[in-house]
Amino acid sequence: MSFLNYFRPQNKNTAQVAKERLQIIVTHERSPRGGPDYLPLLKEELLLVIRKYVQVDPGAVRMQLDRDGDRAVLELNVTLPERETGRED
Amino acid sequence: MARIIVVTSGKGGVGKTTTSASFAAGLAKAGHKTVVIDFDVGLRNLDLIMGCERRVVYDFVNVINGDANLNQALIKDKRIDTLYVLPASQTRDKDALTQEGVRQVLEELSKSFDYIVCDSPAGIERGALLAAYHADDAIIVTNPEVSSVRDSDRIIGILSSKTRRAERNEEPITVKLLLARYAPARVQKGEMLSVEDVCEILAIDLLGVVPESKSVLSASNAGIPVILDADSDAGQAYEDAVARFLGEDRPHRFLSEKKGLLGRLFGS
Repeated sequence: MSFLNYFRPQNKNTAQVAKERLQIIVTHERSPRGGPDYLPLLKEELLLVIRKYVQVDPGAVRMQLDRDGDRAVLELNVTLPERETGRED
Repeated sequence: MARIIVVTSGKGGVGKTTTSASFAAGLAKAGHKTVVIDFDVGLRNLDLIMGCERRVVYDFVNVINGDANLNQALIKDKRIDTLYVLPASQTRDKDALTQEGVRQVLEELSKSFDYIVCDSPAGIERGALLAAYHADDAIIVTNPEVSSVRDSDRIIGILSSKTRRAERNEEPITVKLLLARYAPARVQKGEMLSVEDVCEILAIDLLGVVPESKSVLSASNAGIPVILDADSDAGQAYEDAVARFLGEDRPHRFLSEKKGLLGRLFGS
């Protein structure tokens, strides 16, 4: 870092930064788009079924549809509360 | 049957009403009988931009409620005789627009107009959804700025599922990008997202690029759709966009900086 750098204009390309940030956030928020319409309902009903057995909160169920070419993978991730993983008889 | 166009964006203040007014005026000027409807109930502004604010007697909600008929509420433009405005109501009742009421009004307008331009309110609430529901085409107004691009992407997602065409499994609504407030000089310096960047992120067809221009404010000050200011860059950009919408193939202008004499002599 030379002393002269102090006087050079900062040549930061903020447009590039904006583009990269947008690409990430838009891809993230878009994931439900293009997926089947029943996805939110399916999630809700699955949650109800799970709740018949284990009390989990809505945030503990994560559902993701990933596409890879012509193959789609539906991933369901349920975080069970620590105490109630086993049923007491 | 009229073609129904929604002008929407998600984010506020990006130029929806400016675009609605200019687009409707452009279509009408091209000889198509056109009506532009303000869906922003409670925050009516299209009338000001169109310069007919003192001629509003009845509005959209009056028609839906049966207090007035369409002919009483429609305001005929004084400059273009194929252009009409249906103003929004200033009521604070959020439920003033009903799905059924909107459907009936659009159906009736469809009988006598070629184009119906729906000026959507900002946001993704009831008013915006109603404005988009019956549309055949959507114009997404976006500014080259992160929050506007993100909101546009949200709206594009909503359009693909929450419109009549989507619900009935018909041919999907066509979605086109209108990039407004574009400043080529800033793009060149790397300070602003370029038109290519925005197109790549949103992945929709480009209808037009409207440059940041003083003429937009001057036109709105005077209540004249900026497209009618044929000498202005923004007016010409809208003129091109309307022509493209009608199927003409026009090259995009205003994508690079206008160079003054010094700029031309010394390069950039």
